[in-house]
Amino acid sequence: MSIRRLLAMAYKESLQIWRDPRSLAIALLLPLIQMVLLGYGVSLDIKRVPLCIDDQEHSQFSRALVERFVASGWFSVVHDLDTDRSIRDAMDHGTCIGVVTIPVDFSRVLATTGSAGVQTVFDATDVNTTNIALGYAQGVIAQTTADFAAQWAGRHGVRRATIGTVDYEPRVWFNEGLESRNFIIPGVIAVILALIGAQLTSLTISREWERGTMEQLISTPVTALEVMLGKLIPYFFVGLFDAAFCLVAAISWFDVPFRGDMATLLAATALFTLVVLGIGYVISVWIRSQLGASQVALLLTMVPVTMLSGYTFAIEQMPAPIQALSLLVYARYYVTILRAVFLKGSGISDLMLPILALVLYAAAIVLIAAHAFRKRLD
Amino acid sequence: MLRRLRVMLMKEFLELRRDKWAMFRLVVPLLIQMIVFGYAATFTVNHVATAVLDLDRSQASRSLVSHFVATGRFQIVDVAATQAQITRDIDAGKADLAVVIHAGFARKLENGQSAPLQVVVDGTNSNTALIALGYVSQIVAQFQAEETRKAWAAPAGAAPPQIAVALQERPWFNAGLDDRWFFIPGVIGTLTLVQVVNLTSFAVVREREMGTLEQIMVSPITPVEFILGKTLPFFLIGLGDVVLITVVGVLWFHIPFVGNPFVVVVGTSLFLLAALGMGLLMSTFSRTQQQAFALNFFLINPFFILSGFAFPIAAMPTVLQWFTLINPLRYFLIVIRAVFLKGVGLHVLLPEFAAMAILGAVMLGLSMLRFRKSLD
Repeated sequence: MSIRRLLAMAYKESLQIWRDPRSLAIALLLPLIQMVLLGYGVSLDIKRVPLCIDDQEHSQFSRALVERFVASGWFSVVHDLDTDRSIRDAMDHGTCIGVVTIPVDFSRVLATTGSAGVQTVFDATDVNTTNIALGYAQGVIAQTTADFAAQWAGRHGVRRATIGTVDYEPRVWFNEGLESRNFIIPGVIAVILALIGAQLTSLTISREWERGTMEQLISTPVTALEVMLGKLIPYFFVGLFDAAFCLVAAISWFDVPFRGDMATLLAATALFTLVVLGIGYVISVWIRSQLGASQVALLLTMVPVTMLSGYTFAIEQMPAPIQALSLLVYARYYVTILRAVFLKGSGISDLMLPILALVLYAAAIVLIAAHAFRKRLD
Repeated sequence: MLRRLRVMLMKEFLELRRDKWAMFRLVVPLLIQMIVFGYAATFTVNHVATAVLDLDRSQASRSLVSHFVATGRFQIVDVAATQAQITRDIDAGKADLAVVIHAGFARKLENGQSAPLQVVVDGTNSNTALIALGYVSQIVAQFQAEETRKAWAAPAGAAPPQIAVALQERPWFNAGLDDRWFFIPGVIGTLTLVQVVNLTSFAVVREREMGTLEQIMVSPITPVEFILGKTLPFFLIGLGDVVLITVVGVLWFHIPFVGNPFVVVVGTSLFLLAALGMGLLMSTFSRTQQQAFALNFFLINPFFILSGFAFPIAAMPTVLQWFTLINPLRYFLIVIRAVFLKGVGLHVLLPEFAAMAILGAVMLGLSMLRFRKSLD
């Protein structure tokens, strides 16, 4: 390997990056825009569930119950309904995602039998929202029951029970306010780096083939290893720049608490960037058409990184075979490291396993990449 | 015109056929993604790894712990002996939740005092933590109600208060609250968008980069014919994609399809129109395939995240909610979920259809204008 040839190769590649300002602009702007869109857009905090009320009784009791739904602040009551037909209509049009029906004999049944039912119909299409809304509704009803029971006991002169209350105070560690932003943003950094990295290198060799410059490249004395390193080095710096940008934005703009060891994080970031670029490079060597390379890059980076890295969907909740598959997803380890360093304040000793996984991945990818490219024209 | 269009289409399909891996790349990744996405996308929270520290060792504390186990939502991974062990479990990620019952819990409860129950949760995954805490508060409420009932029944003579309001829950459209039913229709839309936009955005740029665009320009073909010839094959591929992965969704994942297939076909056609418009517009902004690809990566992720696929649009800041209005995926997801699960008809979905048609018309029109300009 000759340093001079390597530098020449890296210089050629840098010139090519420099002379394609659109691609460069995208590589540099992408983190900014993605951080803003994803940082703000990804939230599961459901407030003010649109609710329709179908109060068939219009009694003091039923109105008190409706009042409680409003007062809880979790729901916004958008409509009063009257008939079954309009419940179905409201649900179809999505005006509300829940309808609370208070039957016409609600307070009579409550007074005579001691228990009465309130029917809630929920649009369960979005299961997560439904579960959260149902939780809110159960809270409202539980509170109401307790108050009604106390009133009832008072009226009937039943002795107040001497049972205490369970004073349950949850303590949340690592992400005290349970902000989804603190959970999402570190993951977003991994996604951005993976996407940029793959996008930067996955067309780099196939482009030479399609444009016919490969013959020129092969006719020079440059070796396969020099081609690989020369192509990866400039992009490595672009990737590191993006990573630095994302880290700064996460800490100073989005106020994600940073509690861990910066050196560990930087080492992991460098490893991860190397893996991502290496995978892109291997794809581009193996698939000679740019369209084909782009499709494979989308399949091998976008999908696993967004779905199997744990960045939005918790890996522990997936079926076992998919969990096993996720062990192959390099982004998974980086997401783990990012979250641990940011929120848990972990250092290198806590993160030996994921870092080792990244090291192995990087070594394997560099080995494959070094042998993938052959100076042959067929 | 028709003859020239036919020739153009023949050329496009020939190009596709000559790339022997093209068909493979169109079908196999799609199927793999459908299966993996289908299993991976879930917000269900089950088997939360839980550590328990019971310092009270009373009947009440044991009963509380058994309430946790009985729900099936929590899986006890460690019965700790000290507070330090709990801390270690959470720190090391062995447990995501810890329940600590302090000594004197039962005594305080019996004496009518407040009995503190400490619950520690790892908040790193805020969503899981939030849902797990919801389960905890339900369990605590239930435990409290049972203990209260027992205490009330105890004094002789006093009738137990029977007053209770019950919440009868009727989840419509997805009675089992299976969130796969929510995600799989979304996966169909997302995969189709990614595939079609990627293919289309490369279509024109490739000709430009390879220098064959000039050959086409000297032929008598008009810009409209050229665009039609470029987009029609992808329209057909897109339709095929939707059919293929819908069949997988129904047969493999057993997602109910209660609606009218015709409504899906109309909705898909309009959606594809918008996706084609998006891809073409991107290709008019790119000189090289590298640029088209970069744009693709740049845009696909926000379009995916800001579509309501997983994250409710209602939970986004207002400005981002406006942005979702130009996202064809947003409308298609509403359509496909409504048809799959609710079985609603055409008339209910008219606003979504109109939005996709307008988006498609605007983007196709814009890209035709830009394309004509680049020809001059």
